[in-house]
Amino acid sequence: MDLLTSMVRAIRHRGPDEYGLYRDRRAGLVHARLSLIDLTTGQQPLANEDETLWIVFNGEIFNYVELRRDLEAAGHRFRTHSDTEVIVHAYEEWGNGCFPRFNGQWAVALWDNRSHRLTLSRDRIGVRPLYVREHGGRVWFASEVKAIFADTTVPREIDPAGLDQTFTYWTPLAPTSLFRGIEELPPGSVRVYDGEGGKHDTVFWRPSYPVNSPDDYPLTLDEATEALAEKLELATRLRILRADVPVGSYLSGGLDSSITAWMGRKAKEGVFRTYSIRFQDAEYDETEFQRAMAATIDSDHQELVVTRGDIARAFPEVIRHTERPILRTAPAPLYLLSKLVRDSGIKAVLTGEGADEMLAGYDIFREAEIRQFWSRQPASASRPKLFDRLYPYLARSPGQAKGMALEFWRQGIERAGAPGFSHDPRWRTTSQLKRFFSADLRGALESHPSADVLSALPPDFSRWDSLARAQYLEVVTLLSGYLISSQGDRMLMAHSVEGRFPFLDSDVMEFCNGLPPLYKLAGLNEKFILKRASKGRVPESIIHRPKQPYRAPDAVSFAEKGAPAYVEEVLSEGALRDAGLFDVGAARGLYEKCRKRAGDAGNELVFSNTDNMGLVGLLSTQLLHREFIRGDGSAPGGKIEYKTLIDRVQFQQLQGTA
Amino acid sequence: MTQDEVRAKVHQFIRKNFLFDEKTPLADDQSLLGSGVVDSTGILELIAFLEETCRVKFEDSELVADNFDSIDKIAAFIMAKLSREKV
Repeated sequence: MDLLTSMVRAIRHRGPDEYGLYRDRRAGLVHARLSLIDLTTGQQPLANEDETLWIVFNGEIFNYVELRRDLEAAGHRFRTHSDTEVIVHAYEEWGNGCFPRFNGQWAVALWDNRSHRLTLSRDRIGVRPLYVREHGGRVWFASEVKAIFADTTVPREIDPAGLDQTFTYWTPLAPTSLFRGIEELPPGSVRVYDGEGGKHDTVFWRPSYPVNSPDDYPLTLDEATEALAEKLELATRLRILRADVPVGSYLSGGLDSSITAWMGRKAKEGVFRTYSIRFQDAEYDETEFQRAMAATIDSDHQELVVTRGDIARAFPEVIRHTERPILRTAPAPLYLLSKLVRDSGIKAVLTGEGADEMLAGYDIFREAEIRQFWSRQPASASRPKLFDRLYPYLARSPGQAKGMALEFWRQGIERAGAPGFSHDPRWRTTSQLKRFFSADLRGALESHPSADVLSALPPDFSRWDSLARAQYLEVVTLLSGYLISSQGDRMLMAHSVEGRFPFLDSDVMEFCNGLPPLYKLAGLNEKFILKRASKGRVPESIIHRPKQPYRAPDAVSFAEKGAPAYVEEVLSEGALRDAGLFDVGAARGLYEKCRKRAGDAGNELVFSNTDNMGLVGLLSTQLLHREFIRGDGSAPGGKIEYKTLIDRVQFQQLQGTA
Repeated sequence: MTQDEVRAKVHQFIRKNFLFDEKTPLADDQSLLGSGVVDSTGILELIAFLEETCRVKFEDSELVADNFDSIDKIAAFIMAKLSREKV
């Protein structure tokens, strides 16, 4: 029981409201609850009628009301009003077939104490994390790795494969994690330990796109626009109303969070709270647009101004929550924002996450289209001029190495039909950072190379159009592994706030994935259909503004004068040697260069992309080593008192002695 | 300054500022952008270095990949530019 308590203590930030524990002779389940639905009777662990099936669950099943109706009609009786109990009965009714019926975000464990079967599952995109370790016939599982490390017998080592993937795709690819022997359950999958030593994995969902001609699509652009707006409104309403506490919204200043907030506002009467990050560095600041949207929906709007110093000071805690290295500091301001949300009394927020992946908002999709077009006439001087439309600064400042940028995008255009064509420039650039890897790490990777995302593509991948192929790769790498986790759930849950994402609603995703590519990316006009759907709802100034990627000050935050002392400590020769992951001379060289550039008077503080990603990547990896390999990733303890305590072991012992 | 001297200076600068080590192979005819040794912002650092060290000033029209994409190309371009300026 002490182990279970240590495990739940390690992740108490995910659910500080109530704790619950169940154990019998074979299994122990422990739960930290963030109460959002059915505040009075929704405690966990929770069981079916005869207490043979027990569940612990983190997340939300947004269509639980509808599912409950079906299950009641089939004869199931309910004791609570929670979505948790619906999962239990849905599993009884449909077995593993229940998971594709759920519209939501979940990490769930179901324990059948008769058959000794343990079932683990995770939602389609992997909004909710779930990690597993197997050793000597035992299984450990938890929402975060630090809960597994709460067992001091578990060895803590960096997995070179996880590091290699991070320095390629920006994220390890599940089931690989950053830690040797710890698996991340892949999004959209179910794992069953059958109680007889067997283990069965199934994937119930992966992004999928049409293989037939876009001409066969039944809806006109106008009809599809209206259908998208309806589906988004329904998805947003579910995420606002299926909560017994108020739900707020983030406003980034961009289109996605603006339309989401508009729909959230419409879903419910009363005060609607919105939250924004402002930057002291004007380059990243979007205040004007955030305020315009807040005024449009008359929300109770709060702003947080973030400085480089704030980012640097928060960074070690950020990495303790991401549990993986990151190459940009962008999650740090979101870590600070979730604190503001929680302090204002709000436990759940809507965000616009997922729109760029579902509706082709990112530059990477447009770059890929231009490179594809260019590849058909590689000698053309006019085709690459399209990059001027994508990056207006290229046209404005021809002296700013425009020719060099074009040379960068020209690389690899001869491979236009290849599966990774769209992402090749990003992966190639990121992989350059591996030159900082130590000889030992390189050696380990030579003997055990990490898995390649292109080696496990769905069978229809090659039949999808080029945009769909790019969207698939973006969803399974950056969305699942970085944006929705390191920059999403982990930063929100660090301060016990739940994110809710209308664009990741299962109906919305299926609808978007089925759209003809031209409805999403019309020429170079990104998120075309969403812009149309936003007319009359979002100010025109937001709809028509050029897309601004969300970024925060990177290397400069750590390299400028007055940066916190830990930066020098974890990047010191001794710490680098101790971790053994990076070449000491190269890592020190990069750090010194960044410091010099940040300190040079008159220098414009231009850090190259490689230097920015390099310093943030090295620093976060070193912090990860300090927090999780030298330490166990936990924060100082607190007392855990169980509201639910079902101790079958003691009960059986008492029976045995009676 | 001879072409070999320019080549050596550029070689040393790239090693010190972009590779940060002595081990990674760096050939004089290697494409700097293509092999990812220098990214498109990094090229600006390189150009600033060349303007300072070789006392030349580049026109916008000269800032194309053909002139800067390898150590050999840079050395040849600088020499041609220096000799033009002498005339």
